[in-house]
Amino acid sequence: MDKLFDIDLTLRLLSLPFVTTALIVAAVLGLLAGVLGPLIVSRNMAFSVHGTSELALTGGAAALLLGWDVGNGALAGAIVAALVLGLLSRRSADYDSVIGVVLAFGLGLGVLMLWLYKGRAANKFGLLTGQIVGQDFASVALLSGCAVVVLGLLAALYRPLLFAGVDPEVARARGVPTTALALVFAVMVGAATALGVRTVGSLLVLALMVTPAAAACRITASPLKATLLAVLFAEVAAVGGIVLSLAPGAPVSAFVTALSFLIYLVCWAISRTRRGSLTRA
Amino acid sequence: MSRADIRPAPTAVSTEPWESTVEHAAVALAGARLAYGDRVLWDGLDLDVAPGEFVAVLGPNGSGKTSLMRVLLGLQKLSAGTIRVAGAAPGKGNRAIGYIPQQRAIDPTVAVRGRDLVGLGYDGHRWGLGLAGMRARRQRVDAVLAAVGATGFADRPVGLLSGGEQQRLRVAQALVGEPRVLLCDEPLLSLDLAHQRAVSTLIDRHRRETGSAVLFVTHEINPVLPLVDRVVYLVDGRFRVGTPEQVMTSETLSELYRTDVSVVRVRGQIHVVGAHGQLGDLCENGAHHPPHQDTVDH
Ligand SMILES: Nc1ncnc2c1ncn2[C@@H]1O[C@H](COP(=O)(O)OP(=O)(O)OP(=O)(O)O)[C@@H](O)[C@H]1O
Ligand SMILES: [Mg+2]
Repeated sequence: MDKLFDIDLTLRLLSLPFVTTALIVAAVLGLLAGVLGPLIVSRNMAFSVHGTSELALTGGAAALLLGWDVGNGALAGAIVAALVLGLLSRRSADYDSVIGVVLAFGLGLGVLMLWLYKGRAANKFGLLTGQIVGQDFASVALLSGCAVVVLGLLAALYRPLLFAGVDPEVARARGVPTTALALVFAVMVGAATALGVRTVGSLLVLALMVTPAAAACRITASPLKATLLAVLFAEVAAVGGIVLSLAPGAPVSAFVTALSFLIYLVCWAISRTRRGSLTRA
Repeated sequence: MSRADIRPAPTAVSTEPWESTVEHAAVALAGARLAYGDRVLWDGLDLDVAPGEFVAVLGPNGSGKTSLMRVLLGLQKLSAGTIRVAGAAPGKGNRAIGYIPQQRAIDPTVAVRGRDLVGLGYDGHRWGLGLAGMRARRQRVDAVLAAVGATGFADRPVGLLSGGEQQRLRVAQALVGEPRVLLCDEPLLSLDLAHQRAVSTLIDRHRRETGSAVLFVTHEINPVLPLVDRVVYLVDGRFRVGTPEQVMTSETLSELYRTDVSVVRVRGQIHVVGAHGQLGDLCENGAHHPPHQDTVDH
């Protein structure tokens, strides 16, 4: 247990190049997740992100089986899933159940493909829990490239995306192409999700994509403040999770999820105690 | 099917603000027909709305008022006929349209503030982050929020506001973009009398100052009666277009409803009384004459 807080060991490990790489990856991912998160939450897309991340796993498993690059497989799987889910109307009554149906089928396929795969078992496990330590230069470049594209798109589309998310009827009436935006946003989320799958793993993507934003939305209704807070929370969870995991050599995802859950609990408590007063700006 | 289109004579002496720009109709419908399957909502509808004109759209539930709004927004295609809105094909000039949707409570989980909702009406359709125009945006949003009396709750999450508070934000959201055409689908719903008055005065002032055309769907004509230039009355596939004096008569409404209807004017208000007390069937739970209206004279 004392290994958990061994500061000397942590500091020594922090100076290692592969740890530095991991921290960069985590920081980029935290930024992406934090910026996308409030829009995901305002669109009630948490379950869809979950579905996308599980289907990234299926894509990764398929790539593993076929001998392709796992990261690209996950990216392809997530984007296909995001497109399919993005085409569904999220207001329709059966939106959640359709995600459930698609997700179960996709996961089943993934399990089958992992069973068929005869390679190293560690490769399989990595898809579930991520492998942030050991990212090579190519994957860091892929992540950074994707991040730049997603952030650029987001800057260009931010206002219509927010409009279409919180007030679709009036947005449509004002000429905002809500359907096209829903697809573009789904693909952006898909790409970010797939990158998250490689680092924190498919099961824990929600910890970065949704939890920080949900926590931020608990304590502010301002879109700007919510975005800034979500980025902060996601960075703390992602970077902090890695640093804490170094000394015990434990899986990164355990710490990332624990941190983001803790942040959520604190925000929830704050919003509860504030409920008496009316201002939540 | 009645196609009679009782229009005011174009030469009528008037000091109304739209007179000067009458050549550019804000809304132009010609021979418009809307049918869902073999159910015809209206057919042969000709309607030119001039800039600055205030048109009330009346009719019982399901008569196609909201559908008319959707057609004007380009969200629903006409089955036949032609249409121009704000000088463009429907759906192409939407940035010049302000829209107040028929009230549906805003999802309580929507965690944005009232001022964000209004701000989206101002520039939510634009690309980019809009950092350069932040100052002008804020001033404009603040001014409109004050005009609808929403300053006090503009920083609270919209999902938690009352129906009337949300409705006032909707009005602010539609007005903030200075639209050339204002489509209001029952904007007075769930407002108390004071705010009904405030909101209709605001919309009236807006159209007088900016020359915006107003299409105003309502079940209750009396709060806006002094502002109404023309009425479009839809009933069960039939319709009448004309001034309130022309349309809101016992004769016209009896013809539209195909039953005996009496229109009584009391203290400047219009009361529609159906035969044998069947008011609810005729006009939306007696919408033109709720009992309390008889005693409230504002
Ligand atoms: N997309 C659609 N497909 C088929 N029927 C429709 C569609 N949209 C509306 N309708 C039908 O057309 C009729 C007119 O609907 P609309 O919403 O325009 O009525 P309305 O006059 O606004 O009524 P209310 O006073 O209740 O708001 C209704 O009977 C409705 O069921
Ligand atoms: Mg309606």
